[in-house]
Amino acid sequence: MKALAARRHHRLAPVVLLLMALLVTGGIYAALAPTEAQAETVSTEDIETGKKLFQANCATCHGPNAEGTEGVPSLVGVGAAAVDFQVSTGRMPMQANGPQAMAKPPQFGPEQTAALAAYISSLGPGPAIPTDEQVDAELGDPANGMALFRTNCAMCHNAVGAGGALSEGKFAPSLFDTSERNIYQAMQTGPQSMPVFNDANITPDEKRDIIAFLVEQREGSAGGASLGSLGPVSEGVWAWVVGLGLLIGAAVWIGAKSS
Amino acid sequence: MSDMNHPHDASTEVTQPSGAGTEVVQSDKFADPGVPAHKRRLTDIDPRSAKRNERIVTLLFVLSCLGAVGMIVAYVAVPPEGTTESVRTSTLLLGVGMAVSLLGIGIAGIHWAKALMGDAEMVQDRHPIRSSDEVRADAVRDLNEGLEDSGVVGRRGVLKGAALSALALFPLTIAVPLIGSVGGDWNVSKFKHTMWKKGTRLAIDPSGRPIKASDVNIGSAFHVIPETTEEYRESHEWITEKSKAVVLMVRVRPEDLKSDQSPEGEQWSYDGIVAYSKICTHVGCPVALYEQQTHHLLCPCHQSTFDVADSAKVVFGPAKRPLPQLPITVDDEGYLVAQDDFAEPIGPSFWERLK
Amino acid sequence: MSTAHDTATDGAAAPEPTTGMGKAADYLDQRTSIGAAVKEFARKVFPDHWSFMLGEIALFSFVALIISGIFLTMFFEPSMELTEYHGEHPATATGQLMSVAYASTLEMSFEVRGGLLMRQLHHWSALIFMAAIVVHMMRVFFTGAFRKPRELNWLVGFTLLILGLAAGFSGYSLPDDVLSGNGLRITDGVVKSIPVIGSFMSYMIFGGEFPGEHIIPRLFTIHILIVPALIVALIALHLFLMVLHKHTQYPGGGRTDKNVVGYPALPVYVAKMTGNFFIIFGVLTLMGATMAINNVWNYGPYDPSPVSAGAQPDWYMLFLEGSLRLMPGPGFEWEIFGYTLSMNVLIPAVIVPGILFTFLIVYPFVEARVTGDKREHHVLDRPRNVPVRTALGVAFLSDFILLAAAGSNDLIATHFGMSINQITWAYRILFFVLPVVAFVVTKRICLGLQRKDRELVLHGHESGRVVRYANGEYIEVHTPLGDQERWLRVNYDAPAPLEIEPKMDARGVKRKGYGADKRWQSLSRFFYEDRVEPVTPAELAAAHSHGDHDAIEGGRHAAPAAVGSGRTDGTDSQEH
Repeated sequence: MKALAARRHHRLAPVVLLLMALLVTGGIYAALAPTEAQAETVSTEDIETGKKLFQANCATCHGPNAEGTEGVPSLVGVGAAAVDFQVSTGRMPMQANGPQAMAKPPQFGPEQTAALAAYISSLGPGPAIPTDEQVDAELGDPANGMALFRTNCAMCHNAVGAGGALSEGKFAPSLFDTSERNIYQAMQTGPQSMPVFNDANITPDEKRDIIAFLVEQREGSAGGASLGSLGPVSEGVWAWVVGLGLLIGAAVWIGAKSS
Repeated sequence: MSDMNHPHDASTEVTQPSGAGTEVVQSDKFADPGVPAHKRRLTDIDPRSAKRNERIVTLLFVLSCLGAVGMIVAYVAVPPEGTTESVRTSTLLLGVGMAVSLLGIGIAGIHWAKALMGDAEMVQDRHPIRSSDEVRADAVRDLNEGLEDSGVVGRRGVLKGAALSALALFPLTIAVPLIGSVGGDWNVSKFKHTMWKKGTRLAIDPSGRPIKASDVNIGSAFHVIPETTEEYRESHEWITEKSKAVVLMVRVRPEDLKSDQSPEGEQWSYDGIVAYSKICTHVGCPVALYEQQTHHLLCPCHQSTFDVADSAKVVFGPAKRPLPQLPITVDDEGYLVAQDDFAEPIGPSFWERLK
Repeated sequence: MSTAHDTATDGAAAPEPTTGMGKAADYLDQRTSIGAAVKEFARKVFPDHWSFMLGEIALFSFVALIISGIFLTMFFEPSMELTEYHGEHPATATGQLMSVAYASTLEMSFEVRGGLLMRQLHHWSALIFMAAIVVHMMRVFFTGAFRKPRELNWLVGFTLLILGLAAGFSGYSLPDDVLSGNGLRITDGVVKSIPVIGSFMSYMIFGGEFPGEHIIPRLFTIHILIVPALIVALIALHLFLMVLHKHTQYPGGGRTDKNVVGYPALPVYVAKMTGNFFIIFGVLTLMGATMAINNVWNYGPYDPSPVSAGAQPDWYMLFLEGSLRLMPGPGFEWEIFGYTLSMNVLIPAVIVPGILFTFLIVYPFVEARVTGDKREHHVLDRPRNVPVRTALGVAFLSDFILLAAAGSNDLIATHFGMSINQITWAYRILFFVLPVVAFVVTKRICLGLQRKDRELVLHGHESGRVVRYANGEYIEVHTPLGDQERWLRVNYDAPAPLEIEPKMDARGVKRKGYGADKRWQSLSRFFYEDRVEPVTPAELAAAHSHGDHDAIEGGRHAAPAAVGSGRTDGTDSQEH
């Protein structure tokens, strides 16, 4: 078990986290304008705030010390990235039991989310929130990203990220509106049904390539209306409804007697 | 109105189905009222309306011309620069121009036909499809005469036999070489083996980086190919080999791993890491949809679901057999390696699979 | 035929043509006797109805397929050689290793002006081609247009449907992308499941192991040479037989099995047909211009490892996909003397479509046999007047649609928030229940409509006018149907089940062939046990003599008869 725990996360993760936190803090004080949600300090004050928020909103399910309860995962060692992903997409706190936690408008603001993340990451080392540079689509290679996405992601999320079905009512969500940061975090932490894609499997540069590919898709389709990018089924529906509909309409007009 | 000749005196004689209908002695059928009277259109009565419709038709043809010209202008003036946006614009402009030119002609033609061409219905007689008895008799006579002239009737059994044999054999001169070569070497036993062998390292698809056991954390899913040279991975042979060799590797908590396919005395998984063929045992889609919480592996093509924590047994869907397991272990440097090839043929079932 | 020659060579009988057109016609006729053909066809009558244009939609989308297809062949290279893509667009392909087929598809889409338009036009045309064939076939089936003398043309049409599937499937696979590659892989899996020869057939198709290096060039030959040549030949035969038989017509006043009522080929029919061609081509172009279809750069070059969610074939293959999805695996793969028999693949991929196709092939002959009908039919049936045929058609159609929906069950799951497993189970049950329900309900509806027709003929329309008699009785005045309206509702046959000869012949010996006759009779009962006979003049007279108010009805007889056009009514009620 000890070996496992060590293997689960990169051994330099805490150091990176600390350095990043320091850097980010410095940056903010210099600029006096926080630009990103995660650009908050990891001060003890934050951890305290986070702890209070946690006790009030999360402890019922995850246990008073985030150690998890029956059927609910422990949050020790999930890292700031997991917290930021789950809370900023509104998946946590969960509204109702269902096949899976649904994305919804986030319940906490950026500061509160950062405080929660700070608290959870203080419990055990885990993946940190990615930097802006790590998720900058401009720096990625969409061609390599596509190859990686195709092999690792497309079977669930569809070829261009339109989403798809899993078993028993679960589903892989559409990625068209997901923020670059959240995409990165999802790969890093493997929320819910999604497997984890650690940095050995898909390196940080490769993750950025994937983001570049997904951002590229937001330009739409070169062929015109994308019809949801859902593939042949939606094309078939459009062929029948619009295409054949128009042509049969024309046939009715042609066959009708002129008045 | 000359074509309003009502043919119902003939139609009363339409043959009755035998034994159908109730037997009312006189007229058990209504009389055919004949083709309804022709109604004149507005354009037939009102010359101004006719003139107006003529103008509409002309206008539609002019519109069609404009569409064609517009399309050619767009072809020259709006080149697609390759970007999504510009290709879309070019496609749209060319297509709309072309569609206007086509639809203009179409709508004009139909409107012309409907509003301005004569719309009185005409009646023509049908004739039985069957040839008349005389024609049939003539045909039979002609055939017989031809047959007699050929001299094949009756005698000349050897001649007939030889002719038929020749006709039956000649297609073989095409079929034999075709069938001989169309299936390559016809060595279908290749289905039963993949390029995995003892000591082949597991590598990440598509980059080809070998994988260390320590890289695989719980909840991970790795899409795995056998390690080969980059050069080989750019060959055609590779695609065919890869079709059989692809593997999905996941790590579950050792306590969650209910069973794997290792036979007595062997250990095919390594510390919770299991590797299964990614080719569905149903019809061969890559089964790649791994749900890490339930350890279920779902095929997006036909929804066969396998439980990787329990020997990849089928839990739902049209597949019958579990996915074959790739026996793995680690080498001296900590890299994951195959112990051997799969113990059974991967992928969909075929007749001689177990032979 | 020969008269044209004689008169022209005579010179004396016919004056030399003076106009340019006349000279050209003379030149042509002296060499082709085209004059006879023109005389034969110029004023040939074609019945007019919107549903007769469904076949035209199929025909003209095929023409659009040929035109756009020729364009595409100029730029497509059917080679599986691997190449690195050097184009800058799409950015997601730059520098990637791919087959030449895939690369040339990208180039024709992004570099060739109008290339993407033609590709999309081609693909939309294919979808519409197949859809129009199916709808056309439905029209022919439900109106009984397959009856004598058209059974063979029905078979030609059926073969065209199968060739359409072959054309669609072979074309869909040509770009060598991940989506179609997985489609080929599924095909390979299905082929391998065929007993005894499966593995060898797989080798035959792929020239070795899947995917090999031969499949794209082979499919290309099939797609642009073999299948289109067969389709063109069969379309020619289909149309030849159509002209030979003369087109069927809907029932109505003056329309009989011995005549054809409609518009002359020149000018109306030719103008409408030409116009329809341009409208169809125009709509298809508009679709190609505005709606993206099969953007292969989204799927990527073929690689045996990936697959994407929403991996489905084009709509006409969806029923097979659905059939494969619904079949439960456990218990259906058998080992017989060490050989593997994959019934979990054979049942959905071979037996289910086999049943559907067999039904389509044999139906015209079975119906003729159970009806004991050897006449020629040129007037169409109203679907309600043949309840069991209509119900059988709806039953098969319902299962076809159900299977297509099952082939889309993952998208249904995500779009309606349902569980894919529950949908699959529901469909597995519905596959057996739905056709039965559809049959019963459709048959009841048909019989109900027939009874309503009887009612209407016997008692006329409710006029909404209530009259009080001197004795205080109130009645609502019913206006009798006009001649055309009534004719439409009484002019049909309601065949009774077959009568067969008794079991024993005159000498008291059991007669040969009695068993077979008996079986045909039970089938005939299934078809015609429940039937609604058309109203006879005697019945109508009897119904009229019941009321005291004949005078009022009689007085209002003329007006509705003049207004009601039997033709218009007939066509309206045919829409189903």
